[in-house]
Amino acid sequence: MINYNRVDENSIDESRLLPGKKLNNSSRVKEKLIKAFFTISAFTTLTFFIFIFLFLLKEGMKAFWDIGITDFLYSVNGNLNALSRKVFEWYPTSENARYSLLPLLLGSLMTAIPATIISSFFGIGAGIYLAEIANSKTREFLKPVIELFAAIPTVVLGFIMLAVGATFFNDIFMPANRLNAFVSAFALSLVVIPVIASLTEDAIRSIPLDLRMASYGLGATKYQTVMKVILPAAFSGISASVLLGFGRAIGETMIVLMVSGNAANFSGDFFSSVRTLTATIAAEMGEVSRGSGHYYALFLIGIVLFVITFVLNLSAELIINKMRKKNRQL
Amino acid sequence: MTFSKTNKDIKSLLFVNLVRVLFFILLGVLMLIISKIFIEGIGVINFQFLFDEPKNNMTSGGIGPAIFGTLAVTILMLLFSLPLGICTAVYLSEYAKDTLLNRIIRASINNLAGVPSIVYGLFGLGFFVLFIGKNIDSVLKSGLLFGQPVMLWAASTLAILVLPIIVVSTQEALNSVPKSHRDAAYGLGATKWQVIKSVVLPEAKSGILTGTILAVSRGIGETAPILFLGAAFYLPNLPIVYLCFGDFCLPMINPAEQFMHISYHIFILATQSSNPTVTLPLQYGSALVLIGLTLFSNIIAIYFRYKFRKTERKG
Repeated sequence: MINYNRVDENSIDESRLLPGKKLNNSSRVKEKLIKAFFTISAFTTLTFFIFIFLFLLKEGMKAFWDIGITDFLYSVNGNLNALSRKVFEWYPTSENARYSLLPLLLGSLMTAIPATIISSFFGIGAGIYLAEIANSKTREFLKPVIELFAAIPTVVLGFIMLAVGATFFNDIFMPANRLNAFVSAFALSLVVIPVIASLTEDAIRSIPLDLRMASYGLGATKYQTVMKVILPAAFSGISASVLLGFGRAIGETMIVLMVSGNAANFSGDFFSSVRTLTATIAAEMGEVSRGSGHYYALFLIGIVLFVITFVLNLSAELIINKMRKKNRQL
Repeated sequence: MTFSKTNKDIKSLLFVNLVRVLFFILLGVLMLIISKIFIEGIGVINFQFLFDEPKNNMTSGGIGPAIFGTLAVTILMLLFSLPLGICTAVYLSEYAKDTLLNRIIRASINNLAGVPSIVYGLFGLGFFVLFIGKNIDSVLKSGLLFGQPVMLWAASTLAILVLPIIVVSTQEALNSVPKSHRDAAYGLGATKWQVIKSVVLPEAKSGILTGTILAVSRGIGETAPILFLGAAFYLPNLPIVYLCFGDFCLPMINPAEQFMHISYHIFILATQSSNPTVTLPLQYGSALVLIGLTLFSNIIAIYFRYKFRKTERKG
């Protein structure tokens, strides 16, 4: 069907649009100058973004010169009688500083992975509800509500978790530490669920109606249609949303800074305190002296975070683009 | 055809209700959080709380300076990011051809929206404060003025943080202006800039406004980047400088000062203060103000988007 868009006469200021004469040289120069102005602003934006990466790289790479590559994985225990000579510890301010990033990475994963699992469960469920089960009026109302929750500042979620949630979970699970990886994961999932729900809904709704109609026409029930037709067709979109949600969970700072306990354990216990990559930067950047090994090490953590989230985002985008192409063909 | 239809329908019924229950559990938890903050916070909020400064070693008084600081940083942030973001989007949507370079710009903008905010903070400290600020100081011989974490650098960092939001939403708004409207204007003899100025931008106005409001909400809510970019626990004076023209003095935001910020205030009261339980009502009050600001701006954004889509459909 061809959509003829009618021009609304009132929206166009005619006096400006009807010069009625050929472009003279001065207005041609003016057009060129205006174009140059917009081009320059676009490239300024690009330059800032390149600067972010280059600057992180420049400062972070100095960490390798100052500290050494293997020191970021483990440090060698001076005590020769110890069972294992490799220790995985993050003690950048102690006298013999230890810079292993592994406990921090483990901390980030131990909060982000459970958060992503919880969020996938609820987020995909919410996406299916919005796209397939709720009627259009309910959806028009509830989708903005879900997106509204994504707008709650994370410091508020961290605060409410600290004030109410941590005690609540403490009474149920009796964990080793009151503030632990599980509590953080729960709070993080409140941030991640809206991301996954919203993108899942988009993915499901982008499936052509014909597929649904064909399925119902063959006598399939709602359950069969969702399980056998819609979810497989939306699979790539949903997995992209999970990737983006995971990236969001890894990069989230305030919640983990407030409720993860901030102790760099290397235990793998979900009910003990952990320290994440983001919280380490947030907690230590204010006091570190510029140019010290510790300072560069924090920039290295920044690079690690940048790379992780960049790869996650890029792959999600590639998946979504592929999905769009496929849906267009259908 | 087999007669297992009823069996299957029970499955559908179960499934539909399971998903529905899941959704309403989620909605319930989120509502619980909001209402808890609302109930505990509303009792604290009054005129004094909103305008007074903290008293008795932060255990009583209000959050006036924090609200002022939050608004000041956000205004500065918009001053930096809005012109740059809109112009970038205009270039990308109206002028750029589909070349590799332009695709790189688009891809990097999309991807930078997902970079953790703390990484922006790291960049802000290393680049703005320690590199640009220190160099400004040594050129101006102003001692230690810009080479330390101050509001200017917090606002600049937040501006870069929200730039992708503004660019992407402006681009969406520009792209949704129908080609026929542009063609009509060209047909009347308008130049490219005239088309952009008189047709495209006015039609995309509410879409751009939506993006701006979302950027404001994001900027208000971000805490991580300002942790080490000049947010202060307590300041005796507001970061104001008086510009005087003869006898007439105009108060201005002083970007070369530290500032208080609601989100930082909550963070400090909840984690670093000596007695968090005494200040708990203040924390709830501040949290309610912060949520109020962000949710309010988001609701306005949603309203504009709704309106925008409606006019778009009318075409």
